[in-house]
Parts: sequence; C-alpha cells; structure tokens
Amino acid sequence: MFGKLSLSSIPFDQPIVMGTLLMVAIGGAALFGGITYFRKWGYLWNEWFTTVDHKKIGVMYVILALVMLLRGFADAIMMRGQQALAAGGAQGYLPPHHFDQIFSAHGTIMIFFMAMPFIVGLMNLVVPLQIGARDVAYPFLNSLSFWLTASGVVLIMLSLFVGEFSTTGWLAYPPLSELQFSPGVGVDYYIWALQLSGLGTTLSGINFIVTILRMRAPGMTLMKMPVFSWTALVTNVLIVAAFPVLTVTLALLGADRYLGMHFFTNDLGGNAMMYVNLIWIWGHPEVYILVLPCFGVFSEIISTFSGKPLFGYKSMVWATVAIGGLSFLVWLHHFFTMGSGANVNAFFGIATMVISIPTGVKVFNWLFTMYRGRVRFTVPVLWTIGFMVTFVIGGMTGVLLAVPGADFVLHNSLFLIAHFHNMIIGGVVFGCLAALNFWFPKATGFKLEERWGKWSFWCWLVGFYVAFVPLYLLGFMGATRRMQHYDNVAWQPYFVVALIGAVIIMAGIGFTVLQIAVSIRNRDSNRDLTGDPWGGRTLEWATSSPAPFYNFAVEPQITELDQFWADKEHKRAYPRHAHYADIHMPRNTGVGVVMGGFATLLGFGLIWHIWWLAILGLVGMVGSFVVRAYDRDVDYYVPGAEVEKIERERLVPLHKLIDQVGAAPAEQKVA
Amino acid sequence: MAVFLAGCNMEVLSPKGDVGMHEKNLILIALGLMSVVVIPVIVLTLWFAWRYRASNTKATYAPKWSHSTRIEAVMWGIPCVIIAILAVITWRSTHALDPYKPLVSDVKPVTIEAVAMDWKWLFIYPDYGVASVNQIAFPVDTPVNFRITSATVMNAFFIPQLGSQIYAMAGMQTKLHLIARESGDYDGLSSNYSGAGFSDMRFKAIATSQQGFQDWLAKAKASAATLDLPTYQALEQPSEKVPVSYYATVAPDLFEDILHKDMGGNPAGDKPTEGAPMKDMSMQGMPTHEGVAVAASHNDHAKAAE
Repeated sequence: MFGKLSLSSIPFDQPIVMGTLLMVAIGGAALFGGITYFRKWGYLWNEWFTTVDHKKIGVMYVILALVMLLRGFADAIMMRGQQALAAGGAQGYLPPHHFDQIFSAHGTIMIFFMAMPFIVGLMNLVVPLQIGARDVAYPFLNSLSFWLTASGVVLIMLSLFVGEFSTTGWLAYPPLSELQFSPGVGVDYYIWALQLSGLGTTLSGINFIVTILRMRAPGMTLMKMPVFSWTALVTNVLIVAAFPVLTVTLALLGADRYLGMHFFTNDLGGNAMMYVNLIWIWGHPEVYILVLPCFGVFSEIISTFSGKPLFGYKSMVWATVAIGGLSFLVWLHHFFTMGSGANVNAFFGIATMVISIPTGVKVFNWLFTMYRGRVRFTVPVLWTIGFMVTFVIGGMTGVLLAVPGADFVLHNSLFLIAHFHNMIIGGVVFGCLAALNFWFPKATGFKLEERWGKWSFWCWLVGFYVAFVPLYLLGFMGATRRMQHYDNVAWQPYFVVALIGAVIIMAGIGFTVLQIAVSIRNRDSNRDLTGDPWGGRTLEWATSSPAPFYNFAVEPQITELDQFWADKEHKRAYPRHAHYADIHMPRNTGVGVVMGGFATLLGFGLIWHIWWLAILGLVGMVGSFVVRAYDRDVDYYVPGAEVEKIERERLVPLHKLIDQVGAAPAEQKVA
Repeated sequence: MAVFLAGCNMEVLSPKGDVGMHEKNLILIALGLMSVVVIPVIVLTLWFAWRYRASNTKATYAPKWSHSTRIEAVMWGIPCVIIAILAVITWRSTHALDPYKPLVSDVKPVTIEAVAMDWKWLFIYPDYGVASVNQIAFPVDTPVNFRITSATVMNAFFIPQLGSQIYAMAGMQTKLHLIARESGDYDGLSSNYSGAGFSDMRFKAIATSQQGFQDWLAKAKASAATLDLPTYQALEQPSEKVPVSYYATVAPDLFEDILHKDMGGNPAGDKPTEGAPMKDMSMQGMPTHEGVAVAASHNDHAKAAE
C-alpha cells in the first residue's frame, strides 16, 4: 500500500532534523493560520496561484528562490561548522551519512532551486516589459513551468523529513548513485525533483524563445533589443539545447535504478564515464544559463546609473552569442583526470580559455560604460562593481583550472570549490541581488531601502572573501572537497576563518531579509510614482510601477536601442492617447497549480514505490492537461474604456509632476 | 603574500618530484600571465567608478559616447593575445604532463598496481609479489608506474606533493607516472568522493632510499598475511579507517582479475569455491557471455586512451 514508506522512514533519531521539522511545522502552522485568519486564501488563489501574468509568476519565482536560498545556506553553514570542528581525531557534530546529504542537498538546491528560479523569475518579470509585449507567448505554459518547479521544491524539502536525501553529491555520479551503492530513496528524491523542475525549465525555455523572437514591439529589430533580453534569449536557447540532455541522463539513471538496466553500472556493459560526459554536456552550459542573464543585469545597471548608453552594445551581443556557442564545447574540462589523451585534454583546455575572450570583452564594456559617465552609487551599482572585481579573480582561477596540467593537482580540491563559488556567488548571486534591488520597484511599486541594502552588500562582499580565500589556499595544501573530517590540524585555522566568512554572509542574507521587511513597512515613503525611479533607458521603465496587468496600454513603437531614454529626451515619453483599443488578455487558470500538485504525487509515488499513487499522479497530470486543452474560455478583452481609466489615473498626476520638475522627473530627483 | 604562503605548508606548491614541479611552475606562469590583464582591470574598475562618481562634476561627462573602434579593437585584442600565449603553453604542457606518458629515466621503474576499495587503497607490487593496504614505498629518483583501477565506485588517486591525480574506475585501468626527488612520507588520498568512508581513504607514500625500499619490501615479505582469494574477499567488504597492513604473497594476476571482474549484483567470489584458483574469479558472477566481451572492451577503451 505504501511501498517502501513506513513510519521508520522519518528520522526520529536525528535531533537536528527533528528540530528543523518542529520549526518548519510551527512556522507552517503560523503561516497557514495567518492566511486563514486574515481570509487571504481566496486572494492568494485568485491573484497568485492561478495567475498567468508573467510579472506575478516572476515574483513567485523570486520568492521561491529567496526561500530556497535560506535552505541552501543553512546547509552551507552546517558544512562550514562541521569542517571547522572535525580536525585531527575530532568527528564534528555531523556523522558522514548526514554530512553527505547536506553537501549533496546544498549543491542541488542552490543550483536548481535557488539560482534557476531566480534567473527564470527575473526573465519573467523583465523580458516582456523590456520588449514591449503584453505577456509571454504561452501564459498557461508559464504558470505550469512555475508549478512544476515548485513541485520539485516540495519533493526536495520533503526529503529532509521523510526518508533521506541523496548522499552522492550534486551531480550523482554513478556507480555511487546506482542501486548497488545507494539503495535508499535519496537518489530517487534527487532524480524526480530534478526531472519535474527540469521539465518546467525546458518549457520556460521554449516559452521565452518564442516570446523574444515573435513578440517584440514593432520596430524592435534584434539589434535594437535591450541587452538583458539578448542575454535571456541566448540563455533560453541554451536551456532548450541542454536541459533535454539532463532529462535523458537522469532518465537513464532512473532506468538503471527502477528497471534493472545497466547504462552506468559497473557490470553488464554499463559505463559510468558516459554519465559523466552526459551530465556535463548539460552541466557546463548550465553555468552560462545562470550567468548570462546576470551579465545582462549588470549591463542594464551600469548603463542606467552611469547615465550613458552601454559601451560597445554590438560587442556585448556578439560576446554573449559566442559564449553561448562555446559553452557546448568545453564540458570535458570537468574531468581532465579521467585519462583522456593529451590531445583531447589540450583541445578542451584551450576551448575553455577561448571563452574568457568574449567574457573579458564584456568586462571592458562595463568599464568603458563607466568611463566619462556620472556613476551614482546606488545599491545595484555597488553589487555591479563588487561583481566586476570578484568575477575577474574567479575568471583567472577558472582559466588556471582550464590548463590540464594545473588541473591535475587542483581538480576536486577546495581550490575548485573556491573557484566556482567565486563565479556563482560573485556572478550569479551578486547579479540576482543587484537585479532584485534594481527591478523591485517595477514589481511592487516601491523601492527597497538603500541603507540595509548597502549593509547586505558589504557583508556579502567581505564574507565572500573571508569564506573563500581560505579555501583557495586549502586547495594548494592538498585539501580535497567533501571531507566529513580530516587529520591535518594545520588546516583547521583556515576552516575556522571560512566559517567566520560564512557567518558574515549570513549577516548579509539577514540584512537582505531585513531590507525587504523594512521596505514593505515603509512602502508609502518609498513609492515610485513615475514608473521610472532610476532614470531608466529601456521600455520597462516607461510603464507604471507596478506595471498594469496589460503592461502597455498602446503598443510601443521602437526606433532606438534605448527607446525610453530617447523618448524622454525628445519629450515624447508618457504619451496620452485620445483612444484606447480593447486589449486581448489570457484568463487565469488553476490547471497549472493542479498539475503541479499531481506532479508532486507522481514524484512521491515513484520515489517510495507507491505505484497506485504514481499512477494517480500521472493520470491526474495528463487528465488536467486534456481538460485544459478542451477549454475554449481561455482569454478575454479588457474594454478600451477601462484601459483609459487606468491610464488616466496614472498619467494626469504624472504630467503635472513633469510640468513642475522638467521632462525627466526621476532622473532629476535621483541625481 | 609570498611570506604568508611560505609560512604554511602548501603541498601543491612545494612539490617533491618532477611532475609536481612542472605543474607548480605551470600554475605560477599561468597566474602571472593572467595577472597582466586582471590586475589592471581591477584597478581600472575602482578608478573609473571613483573618478566618474556622480558627485565629481569636474570629470568629463559624455552622455552619448558609447562606441570607439580603437578601444574595442584593443579590448578584443588583449585577451586574444594572452589566450594565444596560454594556449601554446597549454598544448605543450598537456602533452609533457600526460599522466599516461612514462617518465624518461635511466633507472628501472617500480610498478605499483593501485586498487580503490570501500574505503581503502590496496597496492600490489607485481614485480616483488607483495601487497599492502594504505601504504606504499618506493625509492627516490626512480620512476613509479602506477596502474590504477577500482573495485567499487569511482575514486581518484592523488599524492599532492608528487603531482598529478587520476581517476580510479571499475572495469577500467588508468595510468599514472610519478617520481620523487626527495625522500619523505607524503600524504596520499582519494580526491573523488566515494561514499560514507571517503574521508579516511588516505594512505602514506614513502619515498625512501634504495635500501629503505628494500627494507620495506622485506617487512612486507615477513608479514604473516597473504593476499589469497578469501583474504581479498574479506578486504572487499566496506570498512573505514583501515590500518596499514602488508601481505607477503599475492595471488597471481590479482589486479587483472579485479580489472576484468563483473562488479554487478554478484561481487566476484560471492560463493567462493574452496581452493579455487584465482584465475577463475573473473568468470564467477558473469552470467552471460556478453558480460565478458563488454568487460574486455572496457579495457580496450582505457587502452585506447593511451
């Protein structure tokens, strides 16, 4: 009836897990009770859970990412604590089985359920606005993507309390991840959480490619498209090319575990090297899937706050495209030590270094955007400058690791760990937090407090160096990754410093949470009445904050790269129209959330071998989709009169303001 | 910085053999070369940000300036030049440091067969007929030829102070060639996570004089233990923090048998036949003929990589 699931699957004997469960239960009950008490279920369901509005879906992605950042960071600081303690004969406080789950969960969560949702959330929030579209191409698919991601999150969070998580690292290399060596449900949680969320990501990729290629405002040729949208386009092409590889790879591993096949086993013709190749054919582009949109974010920010167009826009676009293409030619650099010949290793090493050329060009682009600008040191700019300094250091260590001869002594060491955290924190996390500060007013209608944002930035920046410079050094000392304990007590001071760094980062995360909380409380004093709080250059700032659900009352006409900037310059921004046409909009639907729910049941059933539940989940998913497919009532028209009313409410006071302070109110105000 | 680095024991940066020395120099050259562009970029970033801060109204403001063919040529050109130089270095060093390439030396090499197990290292000296767990010895100034495989999941064989590491994979043989120029006890480890007992999967690599090596071999020879089939099967069971042990004799071709073994659900010798010759081991647990063929092709694959 319940497959492998029994009461003993819940780790009652582990006080850390049970304590967490208790806290989650109390927190969950409080949240549930609060929503019920304030009668917000209807609001949540109607306005958020069933929404197909890209902006709201974007906000939900970002909230999900921030919550998972807390979970992933809790894992991180537990690891740092363990390694700070477990020197010499000491064993620390985490036994291997628990420690191994924690580092596996940390990597999996941070990449798949923190960074990915954040990036997809940002693209959701910004891309349609930036290209002058009313929504994404497939609004329902977008909702489904989100809820599939959420179902992956539910499964991975459940693994903490019901059963166990994988102990095989974030990429689950076989044969360790095969049934013979990992008979528990941990790897199955890993497989199904990733399969469901990966499906969501692939669908998002398709959705955004179509959106960007087909729904740009009239006149916006590709070379007049804002650079963030360009990076989003390349990223989504990478998603569509790479994620199916992940899906197939995990399906093959699943076939080994569920159907007794031998794709990657030690026996009967299995070949683990195949898995390692396949997973990195997805895994390396994944790095660029995460970081390219962040490059876009930094480009927008540095140009906006320098009061200049981006230097070398065409270079930037071509550099982005080049990086996207090259990212598929370098996967083998993740395993130079597998015994490929010197020719193969040298080829992949050099191909990897070649990527640093377009990346270097980008850095110069940002540099010369500041040159002869008027740089305003807002929170997004601090993140950007922190990124530029940090990222080039990570780039240097990355190119070093791309030299096979150097990699032979640094592979799998803490030097490698420091390197990729240098890129992921310095590039992706800084980028996401910069974007959060930059576009927050567009999503909510009010700005984030600068003060706590600056505190957060400095803690993250300092904390990063304090946490990861010791790891670089430990790598040179021969310290390898994933050690539950180590004998060499000379390493311990470095691990203690790294722990201190993690605590400083924790303060940074705390300040971000505080910043959001304080900003929500003080929202009335931070209102963005113009829709253009920073002196923006691109279309998303032309509309109100938060943007109306239809984004643009009248389709914008594009003649310039920095269209909104040009409009402000020529005093034709915020046009008042005599006539507003009806607007065609998609209707909200609960099918996405229902399918996500069934997907969770499917995953849970498969993980625990509860076959009836798995069948129920699958039939439910397919059934809901069929029902949706026959639903003809999926859209409606907003009457022109209603649009006019909404626009008038915004534009009449706005024009008064403009008449008072000049053509570009926001820019004046900020400067 | 240099003083600071000298103060602690940077194993990778204080190599005791040719391979490690070459790799250390490679690391320093590559870092030096990249610093040529990285340090100016960091300085320029901070300088531009400060110089062109909004409050500094004395600085030139060019709100429309966004293109300069000359600057763009330079910013594509400089990285291209650096990477071109680095590419040449990479091509040469990758061939010079190919772990499969035997080291050039007049001294006859010592061959050591290394087997990663859950969670210890088994070492076999085929030329001397002895074996050991979690410890190896070899003479200084003598090339050591490692043949490496795994009896379990993937691991990596690594002695940081001597240089390169390489994966240990079941059904496959990888090769590594190292040499020590100074005697000493060097830490060896698995650098690829392999499960619960991974952290203790460490061994000592003793580089010693010719006499010291002979003494070590004699000590192994004097051991009461012999590595026959039952002993091997007992050793194959997962164990952690395994103390050093020596075996006076080793079943012939044990390494080959481990290499060709069918790992599957039937660990070799699940039901050992009393007194069965070790040769037969590879046939046990191989239910089909295909298994044999495939196992053989693995071997070819690893060889093809040479």
